[in-house]
Amino acid sequence: MVNLDIVLPSVLNGLTTGALYALVALGLTLIYGVLHIINFAHGALLMVGLYGVYGLNAFAGVDPYVALLIVPPAMFAIGYALQRGIIGKASHGRDENILLVTLGLSIVIENLALYFFRSDTRIVDTPYSFSTVEVLGAFLPLTKVIAFAGALLTAALMWLIMTRTDLGRAIRALAKERKGAALVGIDTDHIFAMSFGLGIACLGIAACLLMPSYYVSPQVGHGFVLIAFTIVVLGGMGSFTGALIGGLIIGVVEALGGLFLGESLGQIGIFLIFILVLIFRPTGLLGHRV
Amino acid sequence: MRPLVVLAVTFALIGLAPFAIASDYWLNLVIMTLYAALLGQAWNILGGYGGQFSFGHAAFFGTGAYAVAVLQVELGLNPWLGLAAGGLLAAGVGAFVGFCTFRYGLRGSYFALVTLAFAEVLRILSNSVWFTGAGVGILIPLERGAASFQFVDKAGFFWVIWGMALAAFATAWWIGHSRFGAQLMAVRDNEDAARALGVDAFRVKMAAITLSGFFSGLAGVFYAQYFLYLDPYIAYGPAISVESLLVPIIGGMGTIFGPLLGAAALQAVAELTKEVVGEAPGISLAVYGTLLVVMVLFMPRGLAGLGARIAGLGPRARRRRAARLEARNA
Repeated sequence: MVNLDIVLPSVLNGLTTGALYALVALGLTLIYGVLHIINFAHGALLMVGLYGVYGLNAFAGVDPYVALLIVPPAMFAIGYALQRGIIGKASHGRDENILLVTLGLSIVIENLALYFFRSDTRIVDTPYSFSTVEVLGAFLPLTKVIAFAGALLTAALMWLIMTRTDLGRAIRALAKERKGAALVGIDTDHIFAMSFGLGIACLGIAACLLMPSYYVSPQVGHGFVLIAFTIVVLGGMGSFTGALIGGLIIGVVEALGGLFLGESLGQIGIFLIFILVLIFRPTGLLGHRV
Repeated sequence: MRPLVVLAVTFALIGLAPFAIASDYWLNLVIMTLYAALLGQAWNILGGYGGQFSFGHAAFFGTGAYAVAVLQVELGLNPWLGLAAGGLLAAGVGAFVGFCTFRYGLRGSYFALVTLAFAEVLRILSNSVWFTGAGVGILIPLERGAASFQFVDKAGFFWVIWGMALAAFATAWWIGHSRFGAQLMAVRDNEDAARALGVDAFRVKMAAITLSGFFSGLAGVFYAQYFLYLDPYIAYGPAISVESLLVPIIGGMGTIFGPLLGAAALQAVAELTKEVVGEAPGISLAVYGTLLVVMVLFMPRGLAGLGARIAGLGPRARRRRAARLEARNA
């Protein structure tokens, strides 16, 4: 019989991880929803953010949570510049070209990191790294609880930006109807780059929340990127709520899969969900169209 | 008929390599170029002619490579039989992936994602099961001799990869000149229009991915026998998937000679980086990635496209174009 004392902490743990996955996926789904491109460089850019947090901590002694003031804006700038300078110029009218360019960017970023930092894993030491809090009778690491709350807050913030600001309205207009948006005077190139920047800024936030309980290495993005794709596909491409729910589901599946099947096979569960959803319901749980 | 003549002459000239080249270093470069051209042509059959961009060709490559290695080590099967088994198994994986995706009409980014996921699933599986040697990898015992597909001198390997590449390029020529190829390219250019004209898009794409998987598997078999060592990251990792698509993209997608041009250019760049920067981890892939971005940004039709543009400026091409126009108007 399955012991609830093991399963409950595992589920809670999965939920906290899932919230971070959701945050990574949120950026991906925003970019997909507006630009209709799949950003293959997402995992690599997350890795850049993580190294940013690590570097600030190692060389300037900045606490990862204080880095929230620095890393996300920097990531936003990187994202804006990438879209404006490279990705947007590469399409030549074909979406496949954008796929290839973002794939190329991810390879470049990852391997440059490998070249400069070697494949060592690095961690950030904080006084609260090993603190725990009790939730529903289970002891969870404090950092993960903060990450959970932070991810939900960020999602709420993104929702506010998208629904309550002029920028959000412009982004949504562009997502629905490119030509129409351009006709009413929206600077499409600028808004495209803003959306890409916002999506990458989400990664910056995720990096700050993740670093205290995780590690960074040049390949760290790999694990996240396919998971984020799975979440986006599961939740429905371009759907915010879908990304949140999908992230939590995947987090729990991974935790339970790891509990019952062992770490390395636990991951297979995620990929199988991914393939099955893509095949049988490519619109996802909450998506509208392919 | 002209491309066929050029193809025959090209391969005949390449076939002179083992007689003309004494140094193992240079012969190895020719072998690796043909190997990359084979990988690239395999991708080109599906991606270039069929317009289905796979990001996970390692799934086919790795299956071919593991097939020949595992059958040899675990069952003592002769690697020449393993060659056939590897190609067929890889074709089978191709057909399976194709059936799963095309059946439900997945295209574009979705297709790219699914192929990537299949390669990752296979990588994790090969990392977990015992007969692939898991993370430690699998070592093919040394047994030099033509009968065991481990030639004493490089010329033997040369003829094997030459033959494999020739078969792949001949297939690409056939695709460019057959009813099947015309249907495949019609599906690439406009799937809905092709179906409206009665093309069975599903069947055509299935055939393309099966062929593509087969040739990718052959490249895997060759790799396993040439280097005699495999691990999950080599066989199913992203490097092979990237190399497979990079070669035709550099050379020119959907052209018969694109993969050869691309393979030669890629080898040249790889050797040059080794000379300049040395063999640090990550550097060669970083250069590959940069090439990919630069090609898509500035030369989306590849080297072959550039060649065609230059050739199209010449007086002969202009006369031919004029003649064709006249014939059409007559």
